[in-house]
Formats: sequence, C-alpha cells, structure tokens
Amino acid sequence: MSTNAITTQKVNFKVFRFNADKDYLPYYEDYSMDVTSEEVVLDILNRIKWDHDGSFSYRRSCRHGICGTCAIKVNGRSTLACKESMTEMIKVFGNELTIEPLSKKRAVKDMIIDKADFWEKHEQVTPFLDAEIDETPTSENLVTPAEANALDEADLCIQCGACHYACPVVELSDDFMGPAAFAAAYRFEADVRDGNESRLTDVNQMGSGVWDCVKCFECAEACPKEINPIEKIGKLHNMLFQSGQADSNVATRHAVGFEKSIKRVGVLDEGGLVLYSELAGIVKHMPVAIKMFSKGKIVPPWGITKSDNLDEIQKLVKSSSTAKF
Amino acid sequence: MGKLKYALFTGCTAKQSTPEQMMSTMAVADKLGIELVELTEASCCGASHLQDYDDFLSLVLNARNIAYAEKHGLTMVTICNTCQLNTAMTKHRLDNNADLKARVNEKLEEVGLVYAGTSKITHFLYAIIDDFGLDKIKEMVVTPLSQFNIAPFYGCHNIRPSELQNETHDTPENPYNPTSLDDLIIACGGNTVDYDEKNKCCGFHAELQAPKVAAALTGNAIAGAMDGNADWMVTPCPLCHLKLDTQTHHASVAIGREVSLPVLHMQQMIGLALGCPPETLGMKHHVTKVDFV
Repeated sequence: MSTNAITTQKVNFKVFRFNADKDYLPYYEDYSMDVTSEEVVLDILNRIKWDHDGSFSYRRSCRHGICGTCAIKVNGRSTLACKESMTEMIKVFGNELTIEPLSKKRAVKDMIIDKADFWEKHEQVTPFLDAEIDETPTSENLVTPAEANALDEADLCIQCGACHYACPVVELSDDFMGPAAFAAAYRFEADVRDGNESRLTDVNQMGSGVWDCVKCFECAEACPKEINPIEKIGKLHNMLFQSGQADSNVATRHAVGFEKSIKRVGVLDEGGLVLYSELAGIVKHMPVAIKMFSKGKIVPPWGITKSDNLDEIQKLVKSSSTAKF
Repeated sequence: MGKLKYALFTGCTAKQSTPEQMMSTMAVADKLGIELVELTEASCCGASHLQDYDDFLSLVLNARNIAYAEKHGLTMVTICNTCQLNTAMTKHRLDNNADLKARVNEKLEEVGLVYAGTSKITHFLYAIIDDFGLDKIKEMVVTPLSQFNIAPFYGCHNIRPSELQNETHDTPENPYNPTSLDDLIIACGGNTVDYDEKNKCCGFHAELQAPKVAAALTGNAIAGAMDGNADWMVTPCPLCHLKLDTQTHHASVAIGREVSLPVLHMQQMIGLALGCPPETLGMKHHVTKVDFV
C-alpha cells in the first residue's frame, strides 16, 4: 500500500470545444478544478462531462491503456488520457493546462476526431500476418526468442494515433503514411512467419514513400507504449537497402552519399553530397547556393579538410560495410 | 573549479557551411577559459542518414570518434545537435549491448583502437550549464542583451528522444517544455520569447526529398518567433541554423507569408553578451543579415 498522502491542488484547464454540426470555429472553455494526486487525465475529462457540461464529448473505453481510444493532447503533448497521471502533467507544465484533441483540424466534436486518415493508411501496409497456415499441423510452429525479439516491441502498438498526429509530416502532407503505419509494416516484415512479398515494395512506393521522415523523434516521444516508431522507420530503410529494393532516388542517394563522402575524405563533403543526391536537380539549389557562396559558406571540394588518419576510416568502411546500393 | 577541458567533435558543418559557428565556439571557449582539444581524426557522424543505409558501419565510425575522446581521457563536447544524437545514441547502444560492443570493437581492433565507454558525450550547451554554470556566465556578462527579445529554437536532436538526452546531461530537459536555452538567454541578460514552435522541427533532414514540407516547417518556426515579437532567434544546432538562416525564400513561399529573422548560434549570443568583438563571431557569414550588431 502506498504511504504517499493524497494531495490536492488547483488547476486551470483551457479545453478545446467544437461541434462540427453547429460551430463555425472552435473555441476554448475554461474550467478550474481541485485535482488530486491520484487522478489521471481521463478523470478530468469525466469530471468536465459529469460536473460541468454533459455535452462535452470524448472517446474512452478500457481505462487500462490498451484499447487506444482516449488519446488526446495536453499542452501539445500526445497522451493516453487513462494512463497519464495528472501529477506528471502538473510537474511538466504547471497549473495551466490546455486540453485538445489529437488533431484540431480533424476535430468532429470536442476531443473526438475523424481518424479515417489514420485507418486508411494503416490498412495500406497489409497490417496482418500473411502466411500459409497448415490448419492441421503435426508439430508446433516454433518461433525462437531471438526471432520474437526481432519485432522490437512493434507488436505492442494499440493504434491510438498518438504518434500519427504528433508527426509534423503527417500534419503537412496527406501523402505521408506516418509513423504508426510504418511501425505496423515493420512489425510484420520483421516476423519470420510472414511470407508477404510485396509489403516492403508497397511501403516504399505508396504515397510519398518511406523516405520523407524529418527525423524529429516526435513519434518516439509521443508513443504511450514506447514502441519508438522512428526506429522502425529506420529499420525499413535498412531493409530496403539490404533486400536490394531501394531504388535510386534523391533520398536513397542522400543516405548512400554519406558513405561515399566518408570513404573519400572522412567528413561530409556537403556540396558533393547535394550534387550526388540531386544529380541534375541541383539546379534548383543554385540561387541559395550563390548566396551561401558569397557569405563564405560553401567550401569547394579541394578546400575540404580531410579527417586525420583517413586510412583508418577507409579501412573501417571497407571492413564494416553491411549494405550495398 | 579547475580549468574545464573537453574533446571537441566539431562535426562537418562547422568546418564548411557554418564557419561562424566554429569561430564563435573558439572565441567563447577562450573567453570562458574552457580548453577544447579538437578531434581532428573524427569522421562524419552519419547525420542519421548513413544510419538509414548502413547502421552497423555508422556505429563503428561513431565508436571510433568516441574512442579518440577516450584516448584523451576527456568528455566529448559536440556543437551540433545531430552529431550529439548520433554519437550519444551509439554510446547508449554499445553500453547496453555487450554483443554489439564486442562486434564493433572487433572492427576497431583492425585499426588499433578500442571503444571502452569511458567518455561522456555532451552538447556544448549542456557543458556550459552543467559544468561551467549559468551563474558564472551571468557574472561575466559585460553587454547584457536586455534590449532584445530572443526566440530560442532548441532543435529536435538535443531534446528528443528525451530518455537518451537525459542520460547525457545533468540538467533534466522536458522535450515539451524545454528550458535550457531560455535559461541561457536569461543569463545573457536577454528576454526570452515563448512560442509554440520553439521545440519543433526545422525540416532540415527532409529538405532534399520533401522540400515543401521542410520549407513549411522552417516557415512556421520563423513565423512563430516573429509573432512572439522576437528581434532574433538563437539555436544550438548548426543544421537548424542553416535552414532558418538560408532558406527564408522557400519558407516564405511555403507558408504564403514573408518570414525572415536574424538567427544566431548559441555561441554567438554568448559571445555578444561577454563582449567578444563581433568580427570574432563571424556575423558576416550569415545569409539573413544580422543587422543589430
């Protein structure tokens, strides 16, 4: 039994309100409440509905952090309302908290959003085990612990959408599949039982493909199950190279260009990398490049300071390389 | 406190597209009496892109860089958020996976090196906060920046993933409500600007493959700072700096609004407050003119 005494403190909530059926624009309603140290964010949503305004709407179901229904944002941070302690929220943000849906532009009513984009993208990555199953097996189909570990906890995803709507690329581009869909693709690609032969190619080619991640780690931070979706996106990149399915485009050449430059000079030859990645497309960078050159920001290839002991680096690139392009 | 001494991993940008960052780092270190031993043997950290192509190679190369810091018996200081991320990530992975560490060391042995895991890796911002102390900075300020509203732009790879970042420095940083750079601005006598984009992404890493998204992120960041009434922005990351300083045209087109603000490296801001002559801080290398110095 916990020996911590329950404490209470005053918190001011600014709560996003919107009813797509009658409101032209969303607005915020203020609520001031005494919050106890034992409460979670969902308790606050319940109290707003039960004590203040019965029309306040939000999704909730299991209350055990497993159905993924109640994800919302508190002060911009994606969170599962039933899992997130108010004490933690107050510790991080203080006593003025803003409660918003995961995506304001997809709001239907208060905290409830239209999650269709999430599900459509999720569906496109063949998010299920694609395998020939012997319905009358004579022995067990064993998966070794090492093979199970290869999933790297991607199977813990509860499709709450916290990472998807924390992703700045999803916010700006309808074509980007988003971290949750990519993590789901990885989950089945990494499964030894899976026999799907087109998923990896599909993921590489659908929408804007798998390369538009800005590497901001918002998804890693947002995931309530600590799945680390961006790491799975990186693994999909690795898989595409390893399986020889990474076609030559600006993003793949950009990744490979680092190795080429390191092999040559140890450091990154910035101009050389852009040229190698863009090929003729380099032309569109010229206006900015000219400005940068005039300010002493572009070093010509012959002016680059190579790493000392370059021979070591070259030897290591040769002996440690695991990928081909 | 004895003289602070670190192994400096400059990263590639400080030696090429942001010479002003290198100049101001050395000027400020000199002013603070911090000794920086440059790791001239270091290779590129891979910037999260080599990692997409060949993860194991990136670990070997970053472990080699750290091994050189270990040879000096020094903490490694980085001056680029992305160098910090990739180097600290390598350390984290090797220190928590004996098998992986052994496989990497097998390669390093070929060139007579070993990764032991003895050197700490920290960004210069946190070295200043944790080891030097903001109170001492405050005492040394000769030109308080009190007439300026300064918008901090943290840069993703110094604050996320927080679990990794908070392993590397003493000052806990919350990625949703970071304070380190704000504290530094205050120590320099400036007024901090609070705005939604201060802990968001600048778009740098997708600039080539997703230029519109990248430009919109840059535009939103500058617009947020402008709406917060900032006179200028400051960042600890040279990659964010490149994006915010040189891409204002594309950023403006992307968000349909003219945006532009001078952007200083963290080191330049400290240098101004401590009275370093502006010419030692490389202000002439900015594309967006620094018009207030």
